[in-house]
Amino acid sequence: MSPTEDVDAYVLRLRRQVRAAEVQLRDLRRQLVQAEKQADEARNLNKNHDRGLPFAQQSKRLAVLRNIGQEQGYEGHTNGTEDRSQYARSKRRWPLRKEEYKRYGRQLIMPEIALEGQLRLRSCSVLVVGVGGLGCPAALYLAGAGVSTVGLVDGDTVEESNLHRQILHSTEKIGMSKVDSAAEQLRSLNPLVNYVSHREHLTPQIALQMFDRYDLVLDCTDHPTSRYLISDTCVLLQKPLVSASALRTEGQLMVLNNPPRAAGDVTGGPCYRCVFPRPPPAESVTSCGEGGILGPVVGVMGVLQALEAIKIIVAGIPKPFDADRNIDISTVGREEASDASAPTQDPPSLLLFSAYTSPPFRSVRLRSRRKDCMACSASATITRASLTSGSLDYAQFCGVVNPVSVLEKDSRISANDYDAQQSMLEWFRQTRGSEVYGAMTDTIVDVREKVQFDLCHFDRAINVPWSEILADDEPLKRALEDLSARRQITVVCRLGNDSQLAVRKIRELRRRGGAIGSVETDDSLVMDIEGGLRAWTRDVDPEFPEY
Amino acid sequence: MPDTLDITVEFTGGLEMLFSNQRKHAISLPSREEDGNPATIAFLVRYLCQSVMKDRRKELFVLDDTVRPGILVLINDADWELEGEDKYEIQKRDNILFVSTLHGG
Repeated sequence: MSPTEDVDAYVLRLRRQVRAAEVQLRDLRRQLVQAEKQADEARNLNKNHDRGLPFAQQSKRLAVLRNIGQEQGYEGHTNGTEDRSQYARSKRRWPLRKEEYKRYGRQLIMPEIALEGQLRLRSCSVLVVGVGGLGCPAALYLAGAGVSTVGLVDGDTVEESNLHRQILHSTEKIGMSKVDSAAEQLRSLNPLVNYVSHREHLTPQIALQMFDRYDLVLDCTDHPTSRYLISDTCVLLQKPLVSASALRTEGQLMVLNNPPRAAGDVTGGPCYRCVFPRPPPAESVTSCGEGGILGPVVGVMGVLQALEAIKIIVAGIPKPFDADRNIDISTVGREEASDASAPTQDPPSLLLFSAYTSPPFRSVRLRSRRKDCMACSASATITRASLTSGSLDYAQFCGVVNPVSVLEKDSRISANDYDAQQSMLEWFRQTRGSEVYGAMTDTIVDVREKVQFDLCHFDRAINVPWSEILADDEPLKRALEDLSARRQITVVCRLGNDSQLAVRKIRELRRRGGAIGSVETDDSLVMDIEGGLRAWTRDVDPEFPEY
Repeated sequence: MPDTLDITVEFTGGLEMLFSNQRKHAISLPSREEDGNPATIAFLVRYLCQSVMKDRRKELFVLDDTVRPGILVLINDADWELEGEDKYEIQKRDNILFVSTLHGG
């Protein structure tokens, strides 16, 4: 065996050991959570009967304790009931577990949180919809703060391009479900919290059932369709909603439906539809994939969501009024807290964050509930039934942008064909001389934004960003005016959408003549590469960077 | 009444890209509309489209004669719906902020 093989074997062995230890650790954590749950049961029995337990319940308590003892390998003193009751008495004096005092000590000593706040956190279940750039930091801080349960909803898997901002995921988790990846990381941060995995995209059919068991919802998604759906569901179930979004260098944050009153109650907080009754035109919606996003920008917004959530939980969330069971409004956590003791509500506001503006934060006042809101007014038309039946089509409501398809198939050239054409021309130039065939060199117009062009581009390509073409004819005219009109013009972009529109624009300018010179009507000389640079990387040059 | 109102108009949430990539604009708005009525937000929106916006994609700012859905208008940091929407009469030194909602996350 060579020395390198030796080292390799050692590395392999270590890897195996690490994996085994991790499995063992996970198992131990599971056992710990189980044991703590049982301990909680025992303690609750004690707490409810502080002045002495009825005989029947004492034996129940003992049974729970014995159960835990046996699981922990406790064998001795099986008849020493006196010892154990002393043990139990010493424990029931404190509302939090010893490790909770330690773990949450730094927030417990703050008057804003204090013991009561921690107890509320401990009995509050939070649903995080979307485990991306917002959901990751938000879930981290909520788990760290010690809420009872963190539910995670996402149907996606971890991708390499997520990692610069989605801080719960890591390189070795590429391809793994985002929810599983996040839950694993959160569990290692705080095993005292319950984590519930919803490995699916939110749909109207499942939303009500999914949200029902939670007290508070965080909208960490990235599209208007889910934003309207989440808001509607929160209104129907009377849950407060912390909504945030981010793009490029900016972020926005709103606390909605807070206080979470029934539809028609004007004292409730506005919902997403009150602020945005009509969805934006689909073509005005830019995703992080298209527009870009700076990691800390979306991180700041996610952290702020966790902060707002903690403030709402600690202030006490009113339980939704249940007409069937006729339960009065009480609060999650300490029961003596009532509306009267709740701190006065901040007026609804929108927090704007802009990393490159000074000052970077700005808060603006929002309207209250809309009198004719489809979701939260007295004349609301969105009902539980309309949601579950699927009769509300959120995708249709928000509109869909179809892939651009304005060019005939024969006006486009595939990445493979373009490669073949160029290779052939190159061969002619080298073997037959560039005098004749040099003139057959095409002009490549790359219509991506300049920043993207600077990342990677074809050697001969000239850059005329589509946004500039849209704003004005001049950049395109300038770029093409000194060229003979009988030349092939090949247009390329990232995915093959903008390039089609650019081809149409160039043909139009050529027909009009003008600055380009002679009027040229042969459209077949202007074409675009189908599927753009993505297709080029996929089909022709795997080394061409994809971003 | 002076002929023009000096106000500040700001764009954010990506709208600045439609206005020469400039977030903050100092604007001297005619204090009266063509018909003699005091300048309102509706007038300001028309004025911005005609005199300030160089980008041709007007539909990304206005739709059906008003700001398109998905844009919040804030008058001195308050939702314009608290101030009378597009009928609000602009005062000198007003700050009008146009915010396009973001959706990424």
